[in-house]
Amino acid sequence: MKLVIDHIRKAYDGRTVLKDCSYAFGGSGVAVLMGPNGCGKSTLLRICSLLERPDGGELHFKDNGLPLALDMQLRRRMTLVLPRTGVFKTSVFDNAAYGLKIRGFEKKLIAAKVNEVLSFVGLLHKVKQNARTLSSGETQRVGIARALAIDPEILFLDEPTASVDEENTGIIESLIGKMKRDGRTMVIMTTHDREQAERLADRLLVLEHGVLRETLR
Amino acid sequence: MDSLIQGFIKSVDLIFHLDPVLFGIIFLSLKVSGLALLIATTLGLPLGAVLGLKHFPGRDLAISVMNTLMGLPPVVVGLFVYLLLSRKGPLGFLGLLYSPTAMIVAQTILAAPIVTALCHSAIVNVDPIIRQAARTLGATSGQETLAVLREARYGILSAVIAAFGRVMAEVGAILIVGGNIAGYTRVMTTTIALETDKGNFELALALGIILLSISFIINAALHSVQQRGAAVPA
Repeated sequence: MKLVIDHIRKAYDGRTVLKDCSYAFGGSGVAVLMGPNGCGKSTLLRICSLLERPDGGELHFKDNGLPLALDMQLRRRMTLVLPRTGVFKTSVFDNAAYGLKIRGFEKKLIAAKVNEVLSFVGLLHKVKQNARTLSSGETQRVGIARALAIDPEILFLDEPTASVDEENTGIIESLIGKMKRDGRTMVIMTTHDREQAERLADRLLVLEHGVLRETLR
Repeated sequence: MDSLIQGFIKSVDLIFHLDPVLFGIIFLSLKVSGLALLIATTLGLPLGAVLGLKHFPGRDLAISVMNTLMGLPPVVVGLFVYLLLSRKGPLGFLGLLYSPTAMIVAQTILAAPIVTALCHSAIVNVDPIIRQAARTLGATSGQETLAVLREARYGILSAVIAAFGRVMAEVGAILIVGGNIAGYTRVMTTTIALETDKGNFELALALGIILLSISFIINAALHSVQQRGAAVPA
């Protein structure tokens, strides 16, 4: 799936956040959006993941060159992991299974998929634990597992390591590295950490003064 | 003091000998309050969810009204339902006055604002990030709402239990609209009032003990639910 954003604009209460953002995302790999706090990175991710509408400009999703309708079906082919993962007040298993349950998957398939993603993020041993009792780093990993369970074609990660310790930052970065090697998912993430961006990015983008531009590593 | 002790002993005897009159009264109390609670929850939970999740003009006023109605005086509700159902009232043709149905209506009016206001409070206290998380994972708006309700489940259950406690202990409204007819509309609270007036303390005390026991079970359940909710970080 390809995502093209075309002259996207967004303002809140008269304050322009995104002035003119255009870019074509495609293929697998990791695209990293950089920029200082409050520059509009999260807003751009929310618009790209169809959770928010832009004030102007257009989004185009294409599959094998064919345009896709911006509907619920398309929204379910991608997901966004928030900077502070809101885990449900239930077990790690139920959290990881949520996206599959609401899509009506069978129990057996859900169990297999949840085991797979929890192994991937290294939390299989905490499958029965209440997700609210995990550390912030583990919580973020549950958020990633929950997102990967639905096999998204595009995975948006909004500051995935902003609120986690160094150890979990390393784990999350290695998970992103694994996804990159798997080549099944297009990852579009934001960070304000230049070094992290350079470590992870296949494509590095900078959002400054509401304008998006690709930059050299 | 002697009559109190003797009354207490006789009341225990009535309970353990499964007195049919006593158990008929208990059954009717539970039936009337249970049905009133069911209707109040069916109305109050969705209304609480709408007040907690939707933003619309007049929402703040509606919340204030619900909070005010939580403290409705039962006798006022009784009077209102009486006027509604009395022969000359707008619903008098239904012939419901002095029937268990009229008592259910009155108790529903008392319980519904409690369920609504406390459910609203439980739902509005759910971290907004839960709704966002559900949405990011592809939830429809209905599934988002269910995710929030699931998060608020302990608070919602507390609301229902609190409302049940209120209607079980209520006497003023059901006395007015039920008429305290033996074997038909006589429930625990109205019987206690009547038998105390008559000086027949055995039955009054027996019912008092049972009412207190039910109240204890309700409060223990409420406490347990609240503890379970509090055991997990919000």
